[in-house]
Amino acid sequence: MAKRIVATDVSAYYGSLKAIEGVSLSIEPKSVTALIGPSGCGKSTFLRTLNRMHEVIPGARVEGKVLLDDEDLYGEGVDAVAVRRTIGMVFQRPNPFPTMSIYDNVAAGLRLNGIKGRQRLDEAVERSLRGANLWTEVKDRLGKPGAGLSGGQQQRLCIARAIAVEPQVLLMDEPCSALDPISTLAIEDLMTDLKDRYTIVIVTHNMQQAARVSDSTGFFTIDGPGQPGRLVEIDTTEKIFSNPSEKRTEDYITGRFG
Amino acid sequence: MTAPAAGPAAPTVPEPSHIGGESRRGDRVFFAMTGASGVLLVLTIIGIGIFLVVQAVPALRADTTNFLTTKEFLPEADKPTFGIAVLAFGTILTSLVAMVLAVPVALGVAIFVTQYAPRRLAGLLGGLVDLLAAVPSVVYGLWGIAFLNTHLQAVNKTLNATLGWFPLFGDTGGRYSRSILLASVVLAIMVLPIIAALTREVLLQVPSALSEAALALGATRWEAIRTAVLPPSRPGIVSAVMLGLGRALGETIAVALVLGTTPAITARILGPGGNTIAANIAAKFSEYAQAGRGALIATGLVLFVITFAVNALARVIVIRSARKRLG
Amino acid sequence: MSTATLSDSSVRPTRSVSTGALSGVGVLAVLVGTAVVQLAGGSNPALMVVVAGLAYLVLAPAVVLAVQGRRAAVDRLFTSLAWGSFLLALVPLVSVVALVVKNGAKRFDLDFLTHSMRGIGPRDAHGGAYHAIIGTLQQVGIASLIAIPIGLLAAVYVVEHGRGPLVSAVQFVTDVMTGVPSIVAGLFVFTFWVLALGQGFSGFAAALALAILMLPTVVRTTEVVLALVPDSLREAALALGVPRWKTVVRVVLPTAASGITTGVVLAIARVTGETAPLLLTALNFDSINTNPFQGQQAGLPSYVFAQAGQPQAAALDRAWAGALTLLLLVLLLNLVARLISRRTRLKG
Repeated sequence: MAKRIVATDVSAYYGSLKAIEGVSLSIEPKSVTALIGPSGCGKSTFLRTLNRMHEVIPGARVEGKVLLDDEDLYGEGVDAVAVRRTIGMVFQRPNPFPTMSIYDNVAAGLRLNGIKGRQRLDEAVERSLRGANLWTEVKDRLGKPGAGLSGGQQQRLCIARAIAVEPQVLLMDEPCSALDPISTLAIEDLMTDLKDRYTIVIVTHNMQQAARVSDSTGFFTIDGPGQPGRLVEIDTTEKIFSNPSEKRTEDYITGRFG
Repeated sequence: MTAPAAGPAAPTVPEPSHIGGESRRGDRVFFAMTGASGVLLVLTIIGIGIFLVVQAVPALRADTTNFLTTKEFLPEADKPTFGIAVLAFGTILTSLVAMVLAVPVALGVAIFVTQYAPRRLAGLLGGLVDLLAAVPSVVYGLWGIAFLNTHLQAVNKTLNATLGWFPLFGDTGGRYSRSILLASVVLAIMVLPIIAALTREVLLQVPSALSEAALALGATRWEAIRTAVLPPSRPGIVSAVMLGLGRALGETIAVALVLGTTPAITARILGPGGNTIAANIAAKFSEYAQAGRGALIATGLVLFVITFAVNALARVIVIRSARKRLG
Repeated sequence: MSTATLSDSSVRPTRSVSTGALSGVGVLAVLVGTAVVQLAGGSNPALMVVVAGLAYLVLAPAVVLAVQGRRAAVDRLFTSLAWGSFLLALVPLVSVVALVVKNGAKRFDLDFLTHSMRGIGPRDAHGGAYHAIIGTLQQVGIASLIAIPIGLLAAVYVVEHGRGPLVSAVQFVTDVMTGVPSIVAGLFVFTFWVLALGQGFSGFAAALALAILMLPTVVRTTEVVLALVPDSLREAALALGVPRWKTVVRVVLPTAASGITTGVVLAIARVTGETAPLLLTALNFDSINTNPFQGQQAGLPSYVFAQAGQPQAAALDRAWAGALTLLLLVLLLNLVARLISRRTRLKG
């Protein structure tokens, strides 16, 4: 069920401001691809173009092509809502629904998409929580509010919520930046498990994390303030961190810049 | 299992099938409903203007005198003679006196609750003042006529005896009951919590770092308030006062119950006199037939225009100051 | 020393007026108040309190002036003024509530709550507000049914639909409507519903006027609370492939529910006490009319107004009892609003 993503010449705008320009890359199925780069380089913006979350912001728009296997996400007649159901997302800060219990949070995506049936939901909730390595910690308090969990548990709850709708791809936007080191480790382990079933794209500003979890790494940067972000290069993680083709990449990963 | 993940052959992204189509249609229908509610709101305010004008115009045509300057209000006479002079004057006089009484106290209350009251009690004390706004106007009217009137008569008498040279406190022919001042005091009590609550919100917006900076420079508590808290709050306070004024101008029932009316323009507030637009409508509506009600609607239109202007001004003040702050 | 230029005789921490000394000044002020009033030949305790308060306003800063200097004295004066304003504002609240309870208790009984005014003249001792209570509950209920959905939807439009000319128009109109006098709302319903549409006076007409008065409050509070719902929750739902409208209905509104409910209950409380619009739309009525869509109908506020306007003691007693009923209803609604707002998950 994991799919390949191919982006061709993607540019994204906030009103008249161009945030990223001409990004083309290919993301392999059943792998973890990390996007790194300095703050404001457009890596998060690019991530949000992959499941059409970018256009949620008023005045924002996208140019270019994003193929999921052979279907263009920005093609005519494609419904953004259906795209987001297929390509899930986990955000920087854990954002469980505060009015819902742990169970309801995980089931939210299914229920809101019209799926009913107690047994079916029970199964999906258990499977997703197990998938997010959270089941043993919360199985005795599924009825308690999701907001009562620790930060790391909340983030895993959000991952469970995202995989409950059975997406093909999982996008993660700096999922550990609000977490302590132990919770971060738990999420990183989880990513390694999840890539057996999903295509994962993670944005991180932590280069060690990119090196630890990803198979491929893409480096974004900007030429200067007010300039759009660009993809400098993308390659296997090993190559990027040992012998990158571009000098700018090497400067960044060795800490000489950014 | 959700539909898109059904099998390897299933299309990844559903075609604009019924699933996708439905979500778009749902959005369209839902936001059309919200937009329609917004339009209804706008239409209501336009409708108020239009319907009042439509009903007021025939009445004004039938008026045999100048509507703006005539003191009499006899719309049901054979030759309808009515004007708004007495009513407009009375409306503005009672409201202005009420503002003179209410504004200093309301500002004091707001400053007390935000700056002086113990932090833990601030919410409770503010809520206590808010309760003052919860009391219905008819209850204030009843209290005013059945209780306050008796006590205020003595005050009126004393004020006239000691400060009678001051025009507002001039001789009222010995009549101190149901005075203009009584109406103004009741109005003041009613607008006080409104101004206090709005001002409180404005003062809370000022970052406490500002007054702390002043205190750290050796300012006294009051100096910190005067130099750091009040200046940035000024537009907001002015707007709060305007909104209170709008409320006082339109208040009906309390005034209708407490004010002793006369068909004359008088500024001697220690005795009865004049009337207000709103109270006049409430008092005369049920006894009048079509012609009289038309005349009342004409006066109501004037009230609508006045309060509209006052409230719009309050909003303009806030918007302009917000723009200035943004640079 | 540079401090000498800043303040010559201002705040000297070594010599300040203690709380004990200020209490002494307070006692002195009370003595002054009592003495002045009695010397003038009066014995009114309220007057004594007023004079004592004024005396304190003068004496306390004077003492501070002598000990600590001008700046501290000004500070003391304004501190006293702030306290004084607050205490002064509480006087009418206490007085109104006390008198309504005291005078209202005379007739506030089952007889009053279960009888109408049918066949009762102003001088007769009996009669009650049953018909008016029914009217108020129906009128306020219908007004809520009209205003709450429209207000909620309009607020959702403003907050969830981004910018646009209609958004600014709705915001402007909401502000303007907040300031529409209640009598004007009544006049509008009279011209529109009764005159133009020929529908006649009824409880429903009154409900229309009350709905107009509720709408801006509902829109404004809902707007404020919706804006407090973090965008991350909207994004979380959208990223699950949930359509926008379902995101609003199932995620955003439930998160804001307690805040919205508080605002709505306060709006209901406000219109429950509105009198003026009733006089122009439902008129007043002596007897029970349980059909809000046809014929004149009493309301609790208009009942109090009618009884208060009579000179007879029996009518005035009924007015006070009606006022007590109304006040209890309104205070109950306020209490409910406060309890709900305590449970809010959103902090402004």
